[in-house]
Amino acid sequence: MATIQPIAGENEQHPDVALVERVRGGDVSAYDTLVRKYDRQIFRIAQHITQNREDAEDVMQDAFLKAYEKLEQFQGNSKFYTWLVRIAVNESLMRLRKRRTGRMVSIDEDVETEEGSVPRDLADWAPDPEQNYTQAELAEILRKTIQGLPQGFRVVFVLRDVEGLSTEETAETLGLSVPAVKSRLLRARLQLRERLTRYFRSKKGPKEMGVEK
Amino acid sequence: MTCTEFLAQLDDLLDDAVTTEMRADLREHLRGCEHCEVTLNTTRKTIEIYRSHEIYALPTDLRERLHAAIMARCKKGC
Repeated sequence: MATIQPIAGENEQHPDVALVERVRGGDVSAYDTLVRKYDRQIFRIAQHITQNREDAEDVMQDAFLKAYEKLEQFQGNSKFYTWLVRIAVNESLMRLRKRRTGRMVSIDEDVETEEGSVPRDLADWAPDPEQNYTQAELAEILRKTIQGLPQGFRVVFVLRDVEGLSTEETAETLGLSVPAVKSRLLRARLQLRERLTRYFRSKKGPKEMGVEK
Repeated sequence: MTCTEFLAQLDDLLDDAVTTEMRADLREHLRGCEHCEVTLNTTRKTIEIYRSHEIYALPTDLRERLHAAIMARCKKGC
């Protein structure tokens, strides 16, 4: 049915749009503001995908430079942040392809696993499981646990649950359907939960740092 | 409701995207199923813990260095 819907919040301009307009008008300092606003998120996403600190540094630079070069192409019908994340995801995947020369790398890698689709370890967690570990130990557990997820699950979890994109934005960013994002998100959440249970179960948890693959 | 049916709704429940009617059915299932209650609570905690802990921090000195490099290139027109 061809009805014309008013665009939600048409009169409310996102602050990023005003900054983009200023950059287009030649005000480079406005781009400085955009970089500072999103650099941590872009660096984090790049680290999650490439799993390499130097690659993440390169991706962060390249993503912001590419976004600057392509700013005229930014339509404003998606958020600037979502548009930027899409560039960063593509740059990260390109970086992985370079590192694994000749091997295709995609977000569909390794998703044909049944692991985690049904919870097996049903032990409850301690009330505040983080308290059993130092900040450094906890960060190591969280890193190794999420690194063990298949790429296609990890990226969906990071964009959707860590970086706060909606399901639709995650689908658009990754070129996936909404049902595919939902299916991967559920399995990512369940696999992470299962793996973290090894550290956080309510009986005396294992303190050794030998983290599973 | 079976555990499989409950799991199929888990994400929507966590994201607060279920109808009132569905929520009532899910609560009813949880009353009699400790396994699903544990799964729900620990999955919720999994998300919270990843949201609240910065595992790939960008150190200030690195941030400033990358920032300077980006802006220098932008000022030159990339």
